[in-house]
Amino acid sequence: MSEKLLYTKEHEWVLVKGNIVRIGISDYAQNELGDIVFVDLPSVGDWVEEGEGFCALESVKAVSDVYAPVSGKVVAVNEELEDSPELINESPLDKGWIVEIEVEGTPQVGDLMSEQEYAEYLKGV
Amino acid sequence: MKQTPLTAKHRALGAKMIDYAGFEMPVQYTGLVEEHLTVRSAVGIFDLTHMGEFELAGSGALATVNSLCTNDASQLQVGEIQYSCLTNERGGIIDDILVYRTEQGFLLVVNAANTAKDYAWIEQNLKPDTQLADRSNELTLIAIQGPKSAPLVEEVLSVSVADLKNYTFMEPEYKGVQVLLSRTGYTGEDGFELYFPNEFAEELWDAFLTHGEKYGVKPVGLGARDTLRLEARMPLYGNDIDEHTTPLEAGLGRFVKLHKEFVGRDVLLKQKEEGVQRKLVAFTMIDKGIPRQGYPLLTLDGEEIGAVTSGTHSPSLDHPIGMGYVRVDLAQPGTEIQVQIRKKLAKAKIIKGRFLA
Repeated sequence: MSEKLLYTKEHEWVLVKGNIVRIGISDYAQNELGDIVFVDLPSVGDWVEEGEGFCALESVKAVSDVYAPVSGKVVAVNEELEDSPELINESPLDKGWIVEIEVEGTPQVGDLMSEQEYAEYLKGV
Repeated sequence: MKQTPLTAKHRALGAKMIDYAGFEMPVQYTGLVEEHLTVRSAVGIFDLTHMGEFELAGSGALATVNSLCTNDASQLQVGEIQYSCLTNERGGIIDDILVYRTEQGFLLVVNAANTAKDYAWIEQNLKPDTQLADRSNELTLIAIQGPKSAPLVEEVLSVSVADLKNYTFMEPEYKGVQVLLSRTGYTGEDGFELYFPNEFAEELWDAFLTHGEKYGVKPVGLGARDTLRLEARMPLYGNDIDEHTTPLEAGLGRFVKLHKEFVGRDVLLKQKEEGVQRKLVAFTMIDKGIPRQGYPLLTLDGEEIGAVTSGTHSPSLDHPIGMGYVRVDLAQPGTEIQVQIRKKLAKAKIIKGRFLA
């Protein structure tokens, strides 16, 4: 069990607690998107496949997908985002979390980046 | 990528730069929504140097313009401007442009992405005794838009704009050089567009920012330019109109004068007599979700009737809005339709007129 955030190349973060994976987007990603005005959330109970765009973030100028870093069942969504999508801009790593996915077995997150590795990765973006 | 004489200024202001029509342009400075609302409540300045400008002179200039454009340029007095379309033989829109009647002839202001195409088309269709010159690389274009734009322009250029009506222009001097100031814009607000030689670009840009401080001026990028024009229901070339749509389908009939000859007139006359098959409509969302270009439009029964051409979350209304073509029998204001947003169908309602009151 780890409290540390891990990052994907698509700029999502994940927080692993047992077999539950909480997912959000990085500070870099929210800044790139600009003012987020609508979050098209999945439903609790939906099955998502690794690599699938399971949620859409709408800023004024564009829509961006959030990709699932793991396969599993959506067990929680951040319902506050329905009325306050700006939470993702204001608190991307905390209050702006998006979903929790329950995986079968142990989450396979070995190829995700640590915070330091992600910071290095951003230098090349 | 081409730059404008203001590129260094945009970078210094921390703008996010993008490639737009081959130009490195600012898409936003501090934030799209903030910039948008500044134009609605105070004043914003825009670098629009990527737009193209052509001069037409000589005794054949009027005949050339009138044979290529849908609007009637013979109605223009010196100092007046009209919105017009260049059309092809099928009545499709090659570009939507502004036509300025000058002492020497005409100044045509065209969309950046169409500059080369338009120039070739006009050159190919010049009437005898007509000179065509491309001034795009010599002129800087700054727009000053918003309810506080008039006092700011008056202060910076030491002029009075009290008698400058919409769609007219004046040619004041700046440091002994004649510049062109028109009361035009693409935001739905009162505003001005200023054309002048590149050498004054940085100092005039700075002057508008400095003098504008007390009016709350902000530089505004192309992102907010798009949301501002969409709220004002102004079409964007490449999104809402192109060579496969006609001015009549796009609701631009009042800029089409069928009593004179021009390329595509016969097709448009026939279309007017028979009625269009589809129409560009504006709609506001009833259900949640933001319409985007290319999303299908459907009836409430699920029959596909067209597609979204522009869509956004309106910053002024804090509500999603869009435009798109639908079958003509479904184009009546008040009609409810559906937008397919990813896997979901979301209801929308066709509205009359602009999105803003």
